[in-house]
Parts: sequence; structure tokens; C-alpha cells
Amino acid sequence: MIGRDELTRRFAELDGAELARWIANRWILPEDHGGGEGGPGDEEWRFHEVDIARIELILEIRRDFAVDDETVSLVLGLLDQVYSLRRQMRRLSAAIECQPPEVQDAIRQALPKAGERW
Amino acid sequence: MAAQTPYEVLGVKPGATPDEIRKAYRKLAKEFHPDLNPGKPAAEARFKAVAAANNILSDPDKRARYDRGEIDESGAERPRYSYRPHAEGAQGWKYQPQGDIDIGDLDDLFAMFGRGARGAGGGGPAGEGFSMPGANRQYTLTIDFALAATGGRQRLALAPGEWLDVTIPPGIEQGQVLRLKGKGGPGFGGGPAGDALIEVHIAPHPFFRREGDDIQVELPVSLAEAVLGARVSVPTATGPVTMTIPAGSDTGTRLRLRGKGIHRKRRGADTTGDQYVTLKVMIGASGDPALAEFLKGWAEHHPADPRRAMGPEASPGTGDNADAPGKQHGKQP
Repeated sequence: MIGRDELTRRFAELDGAELARWIANRWILPEDHGGGEGGPGDEEWRFHEVDIARIELILEIRRDFAVDDETVSLVLGLLDQVYSLRRQMRRLSAAIECQPPEVQDAIRQALPKAGERW
Repeated sequence: MAAQTPYEVLGVKPGATPDEIRKAYRKLAKEFHPDLNPGKPAAEARFKAVAAANNILSDPDKRARYDRGEIDESGAERPRYSYRPHAEGAQGWKYQPQGDIDIGDLDDLFAMFGRGARGAGGGGPAGEGFSMPGANRQYTLTIDFALAATGGRQRLALAPGEWLDVTIPPGIEQGQVLRLKGKGGPGFGGGPAGDALIEVHIAPHPFFRREGDDIQVELPVSLAEAVLGARVSVPTATGPVTMTIPAGSDTGTRLRLRGKGIHRKRRGADTTGDQYVTLKVMIGASGDPALAEFLKGWAEHHPADPRRAMGPEASPGTGDNADAPGKQHGKQP
């Protein structure tokens, strides 16, 4: 976990106002250790690895695709859905893997092949 | 910091000009060159580091890539950064849509099976064997009119090489769905198989029509059969039967064949519909001079107005006037 200063050291192309906007947009969800009473500017953010990776992702999306905020929002929304689905699929797979082999086989049998209508 | 940056190795600022870099390199290279420092491994190591740093910084392209973080101090490609391991890691849940916490998301998945979460839901994977009924499968089956009326069996192709003999109850209606228990997808973990749901379509028939349990048919008869009466063969859903047409019948005369409609058991009691036969007189000899000659003489003594019920416009007989409405009616066979 790192604070805001360390973060801006790592990402030279990220300025403070921009980071604040991303957080306001809920693109980035750091922990806030500040008192929270002084309103904007009083925050004391702590960034986890996932937050840092996400900042890098947003910077990369903007740099590589030259897109505006709205598009970044859209891309993030879709990515979050994909990861959420993948998470659910993994949980389902894990549940299936706990089953006896014959149940696993039955599920495999019941899965339509790619391209098969169902 | 694990490794020195090439700028630190050469002792220059990150914004150094190519000239400054070149000078710094030459100075350090002379100082640590192995030939000038025989038997000093530390110097040799420094020299290698200096050479590697220079290798990156002296090449504008490599220097730019290093500055963007694409290559590391040794000039090797940095592993391409990826958000995925983080998104899928322990912390990733916080970016799930709508702030959903993990629990319960799988219910959505199970809802797709139309069953709701059960078995695996509460007890978790450690619970007893997960079992679940198979999925229902939907099919459509088109049958002909007679089979719908009388009932019977028809083969349904489920998949290539896979068949199901479907029993059709008599009097099945258009669009009715037959449920064949256990003929759907296989169950999981000892769960029962799903059902086959078969939507039945009845192909329209060229002359039969269903009205509830009765069957309607329009039967063409000749002028002679209508006037003189006859015994004729009439098709029914169960095959042709002989029916008597009384003498003096006409187009529109409706005759009943009792018990030739749909036969079915309803709550134990048998019920049977009828077939209604509506006659349609086909003169079929309008160019026949003998008939025409006969009718000329006959009509003189038998004035008749079949359109009387339609009111005065249609009424005043056929006569000779060639006006459109009267003529059209007059020509009607």
C-alpha cells in the first residue's frame, strides 16, 4: 500500500487533479484514511496494488487509444463486467472440480459443443 | 532500489544531452577499463555496467524506450504489465460492477438453469454431492390433420441419429405442448433428467377444418346428385364413409355424420364429435346444349327468385336487361 506522494512519483504523467477526478468518477477506489471532515483536499488516500495496476491500465488506455473520459468509463465498465464474469466462472469451475468424477463427466457431456445450437 | 538506472551508472542527470552522456561514458570507461585494471574484478564489473548503460543511453531509440519503461537497465524487455492478475486477485472484487460483493453472484448463474441455486449454494463445495435435474429441451413437431384428429404416434428427430416416438393424443390442438418426462438433458450427480417439451403444429388440410371436436368439410356434388339424391363416398379423418344425399338437396345443405368427429376420453367419459358435411352443387355442364334447352322450357313454368331475401336491388329477376348487377347474379352457377 502506498500513499499519494509515492504514487505521483511512480507515474510522472499523472497529475493530482486528474487523480482526484478519477477517484471522484470511482474509476479508482483507494482507501481513505483521512478524517473526511475537511472535504476535498483532506483525504489521505492509500493505494493497493490493484489500484496502482488500474491507474497504469487507465494511463495505458488513454495513451494507446487516445480516448476521452467517457470512453475510458465505458471501457472500464466493460472490463469490470468481464472480470466479474471470469470470477464467477472460476467459482463455478471450482465447485465443479469438487464433484465426483461422474458428475464432472455428466456436466462435460451436457455442455454444448462450440457452434452447436441450444 | 534494486538496480541503478543507467543515468546513475554514468553519473548524469536524466535530462543529460547526448554529448554529456558521451563524455561521462568515456571518462568512466577509461577509469575502469579491464586492461588498465588487471586483476580487479570490481573494476571489470563497473566497466560492464558502464558499457551497458552507455549502450542504452547512447542510442536515442533505446534511451526513449528505457524512459517509457519498455526496457530495463540491461536493455531487456520489461515483462508487459497486465491488469488481469490484479483484477482477478484478492483485491479485484472491489471493482466488480455495482459494488457487488462476491456472495450470491453465482445465484445468477444458476438462475440461468431455471432452477435457482441449490446443493452447491448453502453448504459450499464441501457439502454432500451436488445434484441437479437436467435441462428441459424444446422441440417442435408438425403433424398432419388426420393424426391430430385420431391420435397416434409420430417420430421426432431429436438430433442426428436420435429419435423419439411421440404419442399424440386424439384431438390435440394447434400449438399444444406435450411434456415427455425424462426425455430432456441428463441430470447431474444422480439428479433426474429434464423433460422434452414438444410444441405441436398441425399442418392445414386442403378440405378438413376443425371446430372443437367437430370436423367441417365442404363436399362438392353434381346437379343430378343434388336434385335426385345419391349415395356418395365422403372422406373422414378415419377414412372414407358412404353417406346418403337426400333428393332435393342444395348448395349449403348441411348433413351430419354422427360420431365421425374427434373421439377422446375426458375425465373417464368418452366424448365424440361429429363431422358436418356442407354440400356445394357443382353444375359442371354449363356448356351442355341439352341442359340449356331443357332449362329454357323448364324455367318458363318455374319462375323463381333466389335473391328475394337480399332486397329489392337484387330482386327483379334476371330478365333480359344487360345491366351489370343483375347479369352478374344471373351468371352465378
